[in-house]
Amino acid sequence: MYEIIEKRALNKDVDIMIVVAPLVAKNAKPGHFIILRVDETGERIPLTIVTIDGDNVSIIYQKLGYSTKLLGTLAVGDKILDFVGPLGKEAHIRDVKSVLGIAGGVGAAPLLPQLKEYKRRGIKVDLVIGARNKDYIILLDEYKKICDNVYIATDDGSLGTKGFVTDVLTELYKTKTYEHTIAIGPLVMMKYVVLLNKKYNLPTDVSLNPVMIDGTGMCGNCRVTIAGKTFFACIDGPDFPGEEVNFDELITRQDYYKEEEHVCNLKLVKK
Amino acid sequence: MQFKAGEKMKGPRTLMPVLDKIIRRTNFEEVACGYSLGEAQLEASRCLDCKNPKCIAACPVAVNIPKFIKELIAGDLNQAYYTIYDDNILPSICGRVCPQEKQCEGACIVGIKGDPVSIGALERFLGDYSLENNVLEDRTITENGIKVAVVGSGPAGLANAAEMRKMGYTVDIFEALHDFGGVLKYGIPDFRLPKDIVTTEINRLEDMGVNFHKNVVIGKSITIDQLLNEEGYEALFLGSGAGLPSPLGVPGENLSGVYYANEFLTRVNLMKSRKFPLFSTPVRTGDKVAVVGGGNVAMDAARTAKRLGAKEVFILYRRDMDSLPARLAEVHHAIEEDIDFRLLSNPVEFIGDNYQLKQVRCEIMELGEKDSSGRRRPMPTNTFITYDIDSCIISIGQKPNPILKESTTELKVDKWGRIVTENHQTSIPGVFAGGDVVSGAATVILAMGAGKDASIEMNKYIKSKQS
Repeated sequence: MYEIIEKRALNKDVDIMIVVAPLVAKNAKPGHFIILRVDETGERIPLTIVTIDGDNVSIIYQKLGYSTKLLGTLAVGDKILDFVGPLGKEAHIRDVKSVLGIAGGVGAAPLLPQLKEYKRRGIKVDLVIGARNKDYIILLDEYKKICDNVYIATDDGSLGTKGFVTDVLTELYKTKTYEHTIAIGPLVMMKYVVLLNKKYNLPTDVSLNPVMIDGTGMCGNCRVTIAGKTFFACIDGPDFPGEEVNFDELITRQDYYKEEEHVCNLKLVKK
Repeated sequence: MQFKAGEKMKGPRTLMPVLDKIIRRTNFEEVACGYSLGEAQLEASRCLDCKNPKCIAACPVAVNIPKFIKELIAGDLNQAYYTIYDDNILPSICGRVCPQEKQCEGACIVGIKGDPVSIGALERFLGDYSLENNVLEDRTITENGIKVAVVGSGPAGLANAAEMRKMGYTVDIFEALHDFGGVLKYGIPDFRLPKDIVTTEINRLEDMGVNFHKNVVIGKSITIDQLLNEEGYEALFLGSGAGLPSPLGVPGENLSGVYYANEFLTRVNLMKSRKFPLFSTPVRTGDKVAVVGGGNVAMDAARTAKRLGAKEVFILYRRDMDSLPARLAEVHHAIEEDIDFRLLSNPVEFIGDNYQLKQVRCEIMELGEKDSSGRRRPMPTNTFITYDIDSCIISIGQKPNPILKESTTELKVDKWGRIVTENHQTSIPGVFAGGDVVSGAATVILAMGAGKDASIEMNKYIKSKQS
């Protein structure tokens, strides 16, 4: 069992949680993720490790589906039944002079450890962050500590530019250039960021979060087509070159159990 | 009823009762119900007690079959169980899942003129007897205080852990998943191997003093190097199995609705999605399900799909009925459960609509010359047939997982990712391996045999290091 020692709401849908998990923390690096199972009947869900401090690991989750909502019902002192990691390949930190991070919604969580690592290595870091409205812009203070420039987009214009991250990027690329970008957010956002960046010959790393069960290469549920070849996001990723990802296929795979998710959510209402 | 010596061959095989073939399609209850004591003794009495028992030689762990059969006939069930346990710590499991027709029963002399003795069913009877009556040999373990680690809690790891523990070692088993048993838990369905049997066997190892640790991925959470050099383990046994699905390598394999058997069976068995939404991991088959492959995993997947409510389930296999690698009993049960066998069919493409699976296109094969496996090689005919399907489950084999290799550069593997060993010793001193991770996907009993044999080498290695 893995004890929760801290929990804080970042907005009404998103929490940060710190969990004691020495064997996850021991070898964890930026880009690694964990898989947790809240209770005996729960699903196994993957979440990126945001920070590591001694034996403690922090995760950020959006209470969107049944399992993340269930996780959200746990409080400090409660224990998570299963918590395993670090899984996946650590992020490939590139040898560049400047990097632009592009975060959408809760994608700001997995992006943070990667940008921190770039900053730690003395690389200039900028950020474009977008969300529905200002409440859904998370980790802004943390980002401001490591980024030279932070550009914000909200759908409703309640903070920063009104529009999508791609609108901000189009404007930004008129005056600035970067050697490398990392985009993490909803699949549709990553797809359009990659399309835009291609026009500017800007490479884009993306971090994929497909449905996983074991997270160790066993089930193949998380497979993605990269440059026409099959990869397992859990052991080959979760980071991949965005230009090569078949996003449309992945979006369909991601939605395969949508109806069942709805059934599960009804269960939560009954509780 | 007993047969006199001369009559033995005449006695027909005692059939094991099975669940009704219609009713069982709607549940996950075990299909084969097991013998009563009377049935077991009647069947046992068919054994000829041969001078040179071929059955022992055909058993991968050389269980003394005639001896336990004699003890069973004499009514000394405890002793009969101990006799098996000497060579096989999991008789209730092996009695259910071993391919007996290719091993002990295939070599049985009674089988030359009729049906061989149902050795597997007898083994199962004694295994179940010991579980139900908590019959365990009283062995005192003399602690030697030396730590060894076992990677993976499947058949290979369990067998190795049991043997090392008997020798007095402090044994830690590390399991990546949240439950112990490996393929016995995530792979083999309840209707063939009820999970409480596996759990009880594992509890017995715990009672013996084996320490079980879940949620630890060796190579990630902790590396082989760290186990040896920081955590004080004198030797390791790698029994991580063959968990990586082999792809078909045809277009459309990543469409929604195409599963690898590992995913499908893990959802149903480990995550219990057959009890969805009580358990929150879903699974979906649709009405028409194609299963690609002819082994036990393919039979398990097909029969599971049927039980989940699929109306039409068919096997696509590129050879003929006689070449099916699955256990005979599983094929029979699958036929009884209305699984359709579309033989000499080789899937060449999955066809979808907006990335959702709709059809599978197969090439019709014919059998040519014998290949290296001794089976006639399927040859393309350039004629094709297309089936409408809602989902497809690919069950054509598994390879070892690459995580151990990727995190351990000195660990030598072959081009199929299998760990290279000599006398169970890997390329790293003190690190031993056995089971599917060495042999590629094989059987429970072969993995157990390897785990057991490796324990002897591990003990020798540790002893030689200390002297």
